[in-house]
Amino acid sequence: MMNIDQRPCESQRGGFSFENSRRNAMLEENLSKLGYSAPKARKTGTTIAGIMYKDGVILGADTRATDDMVVADKNCMKIHYIAPNIYCCGAGVAADAEITTQMMASNVELHSLSTGRPPMVVTVTRQLKQLLFRYQGHIGSSLIVGGVDATGTHLYSIYPHGSTDKLPYLTMGAALHSVFSLSLSTDRSGAAAAMSVFEDRYKPNMELKEAKTLVRDAIAAGIFCDLGSGSNVDLCVITKAGVEYLRGYDQPAQKGRKQGEYKYKPGTTAVLTKTVTPLSLDLVEEAVHLMDTK
Amino acid sequence: MAASVAVAGAQHLSSVSDLVPDWARQEVSTGTTIMAVEFDGGVVIGADSRTTTGAYIANRVTDKLTPIHDRIFCCRSGSAADTQAIADAVTYQLGFHSIELDEPPLVRTAANLFKEMCYRYREELMAGIIVAGWDKRRGGQVYTVPMGGMLVRQPVSVGGSGSSYVYGFVDSNYRSGMSKEECLRFVAEALTLAMERDGSSGGVARLAVITEEGLERRVILGNELPKFFSA
Repeated sequence: MMNIDQRPCESQRGGFSFENSRRNAMLEENLSKLGYSAPKARKTGTTIAGIMYKDGVILGADTRATDDMVVADKNCMKIHYIAPNIYCCGAGVAADAEITTQMMASNVELHSLSTGRPPMVVTVTRQLKQLLFRYQGHIGSSLIVGGVDATGTHLYSIYPHGSTDKLPYLTMGAALHSVFSLSLSTDRSGAAAAMSVFEDRYKPNMELKEAKTLVRDAIAAGIFCDLGSGSNVDLCVITKAGVEYLRGYDQPAQKGRKQGEYKYKPGTTAVLTKTVTPLSLDLVEEAVHLMDTK
Repeated sequence: MAASVAVAGAQHLSSVSDLVPDWARQEVSTGTTIMAVEFDGGVVIGADSRTTTGAYIANRVTDKLTPIHDRIFCCRSGSAADTQAIADAVTYQLGFHSIELDEPPLVRTAANLFKEMCYRYREELMAGIIVAGWDKRRGGQVYTVPMGGMLVRQPVSVGGSGSSYVYGFVDSNYRSGMSKEECLRFVAEALTLAMERDGSSGGVARLAVITEEGLERRVILGNELPKFFSA
């Protein structure tokens, strides 16, 4: 894309061509006229969050993956490993977030072997933002990268187009719909709900217990207030000493239990009349197949 | 030379259209008001701190004053991703150039590097940048590189979506030969007025003074901004 040698008037030789995305959109338009629809990329709906506390960072995520309005995975893992001291929450298109983070994990390990130093959060962030910018937003993954390295504790958010923010507390959701859409809260997914919890209760240098509760509450807000987020809360606590991955830390939305017995006793409904009509059938063939139930 | 459009669905001539999938359309925009003023001995630059994705404020304490070199800064407006990528690329190029020269680089060189990139990729980028700094040859300088890739030196320059609201204030209140303190007050007042009227600008006001001696950064919180008439 950023090819220094090209002139504006020349047709693009190297770099990426995004002609296919326009073609795909036209194909989808034509298909929908015939009544079919192209398979949609599965999004993770999602509420993800991260905070910096006294000893490090805590990353949090819900565990619901949606296919339009159907829950595709009730317990997916949105907190991905990048390096022993760096983890990354991914929102947006599930495949994009998954593959991007896996690629980063490989690159970071190779880079770390090459430099002979443990990896730094800022390295991961820079590689991710340059990758996403190169693809001009077509890789639909929004990420929160957090970790503790030799220079300290860091927390970054990365948007699909490649912009980054460095803040003490962050939330992200799936990629936004058009700004002209009316229902902004569902489009923004759980991020706004989680951010409201942070803006109310975040303090710098919190203790571990308080910080974990805060992240759990923020994700829970996303789970309750957003259709695209649900199921459990996963946490990941990263400190200089190590990482504590708390899968299924909390299950705020339990399946409802029936309050009473809803079966009726036989005889509840009175029988007024009874008519029996026998059907005359001839047995033609009888065959017995044994089922292998071992 | 219009100020950058705040709305995320904003207009590229060739790429984005109704046919592109919606998740590719959402860009983080720096909405923005940015400003830079020359004075004798240096420059004063300022920016608001709001970054939006649509109607949601993604970052309310953004730092849009990005160091390119020791005495050269750029003020970013437009798409956050585009301006961050351009600033990173120019920082690298300028750093390399400065090592080759074995001298601090000229502000005009930095501005030209921005212009090259912004003009060459004008169809693909949404970036309005003000380059400001101090060098030994020409002292304090402000160069503006708006969307489209023009480059022009101005004693005072405003940019971003909020700039439209303060052209009148700037034109009527700027005098040449202002001191550093007068420039700081001028920039703070202009930013305040723009932030009051522009929905995509707000948060805190970040200021910086760049002189031969070095760099001085200030933050003015929302309640400490200068007070004007409000209906």
